[in-house]
Amino acid sequence: MARFLIDRLFGMVVTLFLVSIMVFIIMELPPGDYAERYAFRKYSGTGVTMTAADVQAIRVELGLDAPAVTRYLDWIGGIVLRGDFGPAYAFDTSVNNIIGDKIWLTLGLLFATLIVTYLVSIPVGIYAAVRRGSLADYGLTVFSYLGLALPNFLLALVLLYFANRWFGTSIGGLFSAKYSDAPWSLAKFGDLLGHLWLPAMVLAWSAMAYQIQTVRATMSDELGKLSVVAARARGVPEGRLLLKYPARLAINPVVSTIGFDVNRIFSELPIVAVVLGLTELGDLLLKSYLDLDMNVAGAILLMLTIVIVVMNFVSDLLLAWLDPRIRLGG
Amino acid sequence: MTDTPDSPPETAAERRARRQRERYYSASQWTLIWWRFRRHRAAMAAACVLGVMVFLGLFAEFFAPYGTTERNRDYLSGPPQIPMFCDDNGCSLRPFVHGTRTERDPVTLRAVAMPDPETRRYVSFFVEGQPARLLGVIPIQTRLVGLEDGARLHLWGTDQMGRDVFSRTLYATRTSLSIGVAGVLISFVLALAIGGAAGYFGGMVDNVIQRFTEVVRVIPIIPLYMGLAAAMPKDWSSTQVYFAMTIILGLFGWPTLARRIRSQLLSIRGEDYVLAAELAGARPARVIATHMLPSFTSFIIVDLVISFPYMILSETALSFIGLGLRPPSVSWGVMLQQAQSVQAIEQAPWLFIPAVFVVLAVLAFTVLGDGLRDAADPYSEAR
Repeated sequence: MARFLIDRLFGMVVTLFLVSIMVFIIMELPPGDYAERYAFRKYSGTGVTMTAADVQAIRVELGLDAPAVTRYLDWIGGIVLRGDFGPAYAFDTSVNNIIGDKIWLTLGLLFATLIVTYLVSIPVGIYAAVRRGSLADYGLTVFSYLGLALPNFLLALVLLYFANRWFGTSIGGLFSAKYSDAPWSLAKFGDLLGHLWLPAMVLAWSAMAYQIQTVRATMSDELGKLSVVAARARGVPEGRLLLKYPARLAINPVVSTIGFDVNRIFSELPIVAVVLGLTELGDLLLKSYLDLDMNVAGAILLMLTIVIVVMNFVSDLLLAWLDPRIRLGG
Repeated sequence: MTDTPDSPPETAAERRARRQRERYYSASQWTLIWWRFRRHRAAMAAACVLGVMVFLGLFAEFFAPYGTTERNRDYLSGPPQIPMFCDDNGCSLRPFVHGTRTERDPVTLRAVAMPDPETRRYVSFFVEGQPARLLGVIPIQTRLVGLEDGARLHLWGTDQMGRDVFSRTLYATRTSLSIGVAGVLISFVLALAIGGAAGYFGGMVDNVIQRFTEVVRVIPIIPLYMGLAAAMPKDWSSTQVYFAMTIILGLFGWPTLARRIRSQLLSIRGEDYVLAAELAGARPARVIATHMLPSFTSFIIVDLVISFPYMILSETALSFIGLGLRPPSVSWGVMLQQAQSVQAIEQAPWLFIPAVFVVLAVLAFTVLGDGLRDAADPYSEAR
């Protein structure tokens, strides 16, 4: 077990190291550099004429004239040693300041989405497998096709449209207007919970459709196993039998793809955030890409990937805990 | 029992059954796949839907009444005009639409295009339009449908700038599908090279490639695409952006297919015919391409079809938020940009029509992929 843990942890560190290089490359991609954009933002319209020498001076001041390797080491060193993601040029402040508690908001949204996904997909998948070929089963198959075909952001638009049309309310956002800038309090938290369900449902949409199919497929396979027949012959009540043998195994593929689901949810987050007016990292990521504030964008991309890698690790641990075959074999 | 001269002669029905059996046993693998696929009604329907879409997109210059940038300034944000045979003033044998007039909205004072029930414009076929080039080469001026006397027909309404939604949707279909095709092809080539090297050489090469694949798979894909798209210079022409987008989409679409190719190659690497080819002096690329790949071509085709929806959805999502294709290019995502807010959809629900195309195309590709997978699986016969 200890060996299994160390193996996974080591793999995680290597992956994160490679990811950080890739993120750094993306940060360096846009044409021009920060010095030029910084100069443009600060002095455009002020009548000050900038010469190439002035831009070069800014470049030296910000340490942008160093070779890429040095800058990468600076950047990653700051993150690993001091938790400092560097300056955010567009806002004249630090990345940490801008991101602030948005990371917690994003994590809250992520876990709400995951809870919705699994609370729905596991029982529904089991039900569909037990009632294979029934009308409900066919309905769910159609639903899972739609889960892929109707992308989350279009679903969000459709929901907003009908909410507006039938109830005359706008249901977007994470907070009501009066709480959006208020400091954290119990009332604000309650307000957040009241708003969280819609983005969570929208984001869970495709993951849910996918997982229902996974649970249904595994469950169908397990239902024909001899262990089930034997338990039924012993007279174990049907409900307990389902939970004890096939359902236990049907959860495994779901657990092993938690990281994949997190990836999918984060992938859809920035676009859903635009439609639903969510003020968390996804929205900030898009804004900083459009502003070409690559320090902020890179920090967010790295954070999201770290969450995914950690969730992959958690899913490995959970799987080992659930399934003795993996625990003992690994 | 063997055939003896005095066994009863074969009846017609028996002969038919025997012929059928012979046909079945001597059919090639692809014929068998086609027979199985034909029985999958949903997949056949999906193939037809896609066929129609490709056809409409390819010949958009003929089917679309107007160009993508032609504006009708007298009909801004105009609702769809549905051809009809009857109205309050009686019926006609020829379909017609009502003429339009512009009124001021009593509340917002905006100019609003309204149908005018008193006038009729008759629909006619094969009308003259602006000159265009079919498939980019053949000059054409005839359009499938239009109105008499040069009036404009807007089957699916117009957007805020008075551009015809129907025409733009057809051109968008071409752009979106072609980006999907190009993206899938690029990722196929990459998957072949990367998965091929990993599966054929194994060992150290495989380890390094697996690590790299892991990194690409772990970064959320849309934010990654967004980063690459954001790096496109703002002064690029729409054609340059179009090509850059296909490359971006293709660049990271390979991991799933590469894994498939790798595992298949690993499993047949030890076969004798591979060794024979190597002993005969064939280079690795040749061994992979001519000796190993043909054994699982059908699986690759299925995987390619299944990866289409992801390309199309990614392109739509990126263009939707303004990081993908830029006007004057038209794709489904670019069109949906105008329908980003509830207010916009409320005022002009017809701007949401391209979304129906997105859903339909993705659904069709998925169902088609499922059908092909069942058809390509030689063991599905038993079920």
